[in-house]
Amino acid sequence: MRLILEKRADRSPFFAIASPFLALLLTLIAGGLIFALRGINPLEGLYVYFIEPLTQLWSVEQLIVKAAPLVLIGVGLAVCYMANVWNIGAEGQLTMGAVCGSIAPVMFPEWQDPSVLVVMLIMGMIGGALYGAIPGLLKTRFNANEILTSLMLVYVAALFLDWLVRGPWRDPQGYNFPVTKTFAGWQLLPTFGGTIHLGALFALLACAALAFVMGKTLIGFEIKVTGNAPRAGRFAGFSRNRMVMLCFLLSGGLAGLAGICEVASVVGKLQPQISPGYGFAAIIVAFLGRLNPLGVLFAGLLLALSYIGGEAAQVTLGISDKIAKVFQGILLFFILSCDTLILYRIKFEMGRVGALKAAE
Amino acid sequence: MKKLLMTAAVAAIALGLGSTASLAEAYKACWIYVGPVGDGGWSFQHDEGRKAVVAELGDKVETVFVENVPEPDSDRTIERLARDGCKMIFTTSFGFMEPTLKVAAKFPDVKFEHATGYKTAPNVTTYNSKFHEGRYVIGQIAAKMSKTGTAGYIVSFPIPEVVAGINAFMLGAQTVNPDFKVKIVWANTWFDPGKEADAAKVLLSQGADILVQHTDSTAPLQIAQEQGKLGFGQASDMMAFAPKAQLTAIVDSWGPYYIRRVKAGMDGTWASQQSWDGMAEGNVTMAPYANMPDDVAKMATETQAAITAGTLHPFTGPITKQDGTVAGEAGKPLPDGDILGMNWYVKGVDDKLPQ
Repeated sequence: MRLILEKRADRSPFFAIASPFLALLLTLIAGGLIFALRGINPLEGLYVYFIEPLTQLWSVEQLIVKAAPLVLIGVGLAVCYMANVWNIGAEGQLTMGAVCGSIAPVMFPEWQDPSVLVVMLIMGMIGGALYGAIPGLLKTRFNANEILTSLMLVYVAALFLDWLVRGPWRDPQGYNFPVTKTFAGWQLLPTFGGTIHLGALFALLACAALAFVMGKTLIGFEIKVTGNAPRAGRFAGFSRNRMVMLCFLLSGGLAGLAGICEVASVVGKLQPQISPGYGFAAIIVAFLGRLNPLGVLFAGLLLALSYIGGEAAQVTLGISDKIAKVFQGILLFFILSCDTLILYRIKFEMGRVGALKAAE
Repeated sequence: MKKLLMTAAVAAIALGLGSTASLAEAYKACWIYVGPVGDGGWSFQHDEGRKAVVAELGDKVETVFVENVPEPDSDRTIERLARDGCKMIFTTSFGFMEPTLKVAAKFPDVKFEHATGYKTAPNVTTYNSKFHEGRYVIGQIAAKMSKTGTAGYIVSFPIPEVVAGINAFMLGAQTVNPDFKVKIVWANTWFDPGKEADAAKVLLSQGADILVQHTDSTAPLQIAQEQGKLGFGQASDMMAFAPKAQLTAIVDSWGPYYIRRVKAGMDGTWASQQSWDGMAEGNVTMAPYANMPDDVAKMATETQAAITAGTLHPFTGPITKQDGTVAGEAGKPLPDGDILGMNWYVKGVDDKLPQ
């Protein structure tokens, strides 16, 4: 007996929209089961995890701070994946954006007016975009698999940052600890009321802009056609290579912007570790948001909630920190399986084995 | 369906309130760890300290810990603890320094204790231990036990604490064998069993027959055991992992300090300070001496006793530096500040300090 996936003749429009919610519901059920197995009341567990963080102003603020980089990166990746360009290396582009954006405050610590912040943000975007261009070039020139090259470049970027903060950029007053000078004044993003910084606004703007581009412009149409029907795209005269480069520059630039925003707000300096894996988590965000810029906005908030809730669960319920990772993994699993089952149906095929038996 | 959801939500809220109400009264002390409590080293020992507080103060104290907190993300975690009613928060990694200060400024009534840092505030104390005292003892043991006269030393980062550790080890070894050599590998990590194991193999293949580590995993000791060589445990007694290889271990014993500070917080005598305790206060202890002849164990015990009593100071002048200049006055210990900011090697260390 074989298990095969058979393409459905027509996909249900209802389930196309309902699928992420169904996945979320299944995640909640699975999560409740995990809590129950650990001897925790599932309702209390889920309350602490998913609802309590939304009941206090400060944790809602923290949620937005956490969601900003996820959305910013996720929305760029969504466009990439829509065009069938598999950029897995946003974490590296984030790192290089943070590094390039930090050139100004590290090299010229005395530079203290609004212009430094503008330069930092632009340099951050350029750094991320150029770093994204590397797998793009390798893909278009040599047809190298961009999943592998972009992923491996993440580690190159991480080691480069590591070397910088231990070597040339180390704070001379920092007792040899691997950190740069702490940024100050105009080298930090302005905040709305102390916690939420400008990065959240950038994330909103990026979502709105890309929603417009994807929905209303020719370039958005090109991206979708290249992704869904590459042959049709070629007949229409759309260049696949141009699309690949565009996607990498865009998603790299947004990841770079997220990187410099983190460094110029939450972290406040360069250090060996500047992101708890936003670049990878944003992949989940892109899919959870159905590769739709507005969907990504909500997906980013939900994933941020899973981080914050995981922490709350650790403090309040005394369970392991791994639980947040488990929840994210379960969520991605259910999203992908729901999506698959919308497009395909499972079929058990007895045919060949049965036929062989009959012949004997 | 809607009704069911509503019922669930109401039940959940009731449960949530119920659990917070029952937590009143006890003094709440909280810990943040950079690694998993099961790392068998740094974070594990801090958690042992937390357990000692529970054992000593029982119902009067309630403790909470959060493990594996990523450093760039830690200010939110610290703030959550402060908001959750923690009266005293121990942040147990250098990387938590700025986040601790940031949150402390927002919560003037909460006491913060930051391990291994150098910045304080009216409600932020720093604390660390004189681990170099233990390193002096193991230096002597290494020089006695080594057949090749060479130790392999796996180190994390060139921060003063680590550099002072290397120097104290070397000074101890030189009291036994003036020509003792040490080979150094910078692993650039606090905890990475794979990297540490690789470093250990390299050092052993280069003629070292005793391994010293200033990284937290048990991997180097396990390699030593596999190859029939010797080594020292780090942060906690790692005997169970290498019963034939571990000579002793420098054990971080935070319990006495934590108990003192939590008590001070409870009776209102807590004040900001920079605490730096050693063997005398019980912060640094040695795991039982093993896998060595009695005379070596006797020497180690005597050295340990002398340091505990204050009659022996590992950094007693004059100390010849690697570049030939001399530090310290004859017969006098180096000032604490010189050790806390140490960025030079003593003579005999075969390595260039990463600058």
